[in-house]
Amino acid sequence: MLSKRIIACLDVRDGMVVKGINFEGLRSAGDPAALARRYNREGIDEVVILDVTATLEKRKALARTIQAVAQEIFLPLCVGGGIKDEEHADAAIEAGADKVSLNTAAIARPELLTALARRYGSQAVIVAIDAKRDGDRFRIYVRSGQRPTERDAVEWAREAADRGAGEILLTSIDRDGTKRGFDCELNAAVSEAVSIPVIASGGAGTFDHFVDVFTEGKADAALAASIFHYAEHAVVDLKEHLRDRGIPVRMLAGWEPGGDASPG
Amino acid sequence: MTVALIDYGAGNLTSVRKALTHLGAPFVTPAGPHELAGAAGVIVPGVGNFEATAALAGGWHAAIREAVDRGRPLLGICLGLQWLFEGSDEAPDVPGLGVIAGRCTLIENDAANEATAYRGGIFKVPHVGWNSLERRRDDSWALDGVPDGAQVYFTHSYAAPVTADCVGATTYGLSFASVVEQGHVVGAQFHPEKSGDVGLRVLANFLRRVTRTSSTAAPAMSGS
Repeated sequence: MLSKRIIACLDVRDGMVVKGINFEGLRSAGDPAALARRYNREGIDEVVILDVTATLEKRKALARTIQAVAQEIFLPLCVGGGIKDEEHADAAIEAGADKVSLNTAAIARPELLTALARRYGSQAVIVAIDAKRDGDRFRIYVRSGQRPTERDAVEWAREAADRGAGEILLTSIDRDGTKRGFDCELNAAVSEAVSIPVIASGGAGTFDHFVDVFTEGKADAALAASIFHYAEHAVVDLKEHLRDRGIPVRMLAGWEPGGDASPG
Repeated sequence: MTVALIDYGAGNLTSVRKALTHLGAPFVTPAGPHELAGAAGVIVPGVGNFEATAALAGGWHAAIREAVDRGRPLLGICLGLQWLFEGSDEAPDVPGLGVIAGRCTLIENDAANEATAYRGGIFKVPHVGWNSLERRRDDSWALDGVPDGAQVYFTHSYAAPVTADCVGATTYGLSFASVVEQGHVVGAQFHPEKSGDVGLRVLANFLRRVTRTSSTAAPAMSGS
């Protein structure tokens, strides 16, 4: 059975991870490569590097970060934040990203999704949607959630999929950073509207929040940042929690109780 | 023992290169089919629409076929696995290499099997994410050391049929061939370069086969 994916997000600025850097047991807490190595060991399914501040001059630093992280993992690696054109996407993919995520630029120039899908395949193109409740609909915000648009999240998700996006990274602005749980209604509404996978983001505070978003929220994957920094083995503990509740997840052989003892 | 990694414009090869480098395997990306003669093994990667494999028709097709006939191990990854078959419904006019019998078809849900739609889940195409390999043959060299049920990373909409050449199957809706093997030709529908230690093991098995083949005096040992 297809597993529900657990994705770790590395919020990066100037080459350092800026969220959840208070984890005490990890000496180089802010080093994205060191975090990626640890997550890989714990059985994370995928890694996303987000650099919302990546300006022109900082993109070279971002490329070095991508390279350093890519060296640590043989897992899907997505890069997002400030990717405005094909050149930015090329640089990220050249540095080792398997997927790029587009947000503001895709809204402004939807044909960019098609161009990148033609070039790299739809599996490499993620459309990131930041949405906020507005009455009975979900309004899209751009520029790191700062600027409201007239677009509706469900409609845009459909259009983005038609234009060539291969996955949707769906963030609830209402829930982001609150630890009150994912917005299951938002995720279910989008997931039911498209045939491509939806990655839920924003609001993860407890393991049960993941259970909720995979059942009620109909999400195919869930992304979080700080929850994985709290404790060593958090990824393992989360996956065991999900597995015990009947949700299919990928367990590393080395962590399976009574399973193959070979290193994972 | 240099492996030829075929770049025919179907997706980016960075992660395959990275995995080969990690495993210490010398490889080249030949500029054209004429450069394939010296290769000890061949890897055909690729993502996207089967139409993209039209770029392999003609020169590449003949050169890869010749390498296989000379006993050189061949690995097809993702679209590369599908290309080992006779063709795909995705681009019916584009012929595959045809070393494995059968055609690829669009992934379909098994209406009788509601287990795929567990607890309100939605059956989606493409099939994206980690899923299990069900081993079907103990004598598979490509899956040597890979435990039954190991999870690997997929991203595809079309899939190959489960036939006698299928050594690893995966269930998503209906069952499909996730690993095929016939003699020294092997294909993986999943991405070994993105499938953690399990994927690296499959790549290492292929490279070991390449090394063994190139070190034997008589390389011609076509067929299974």
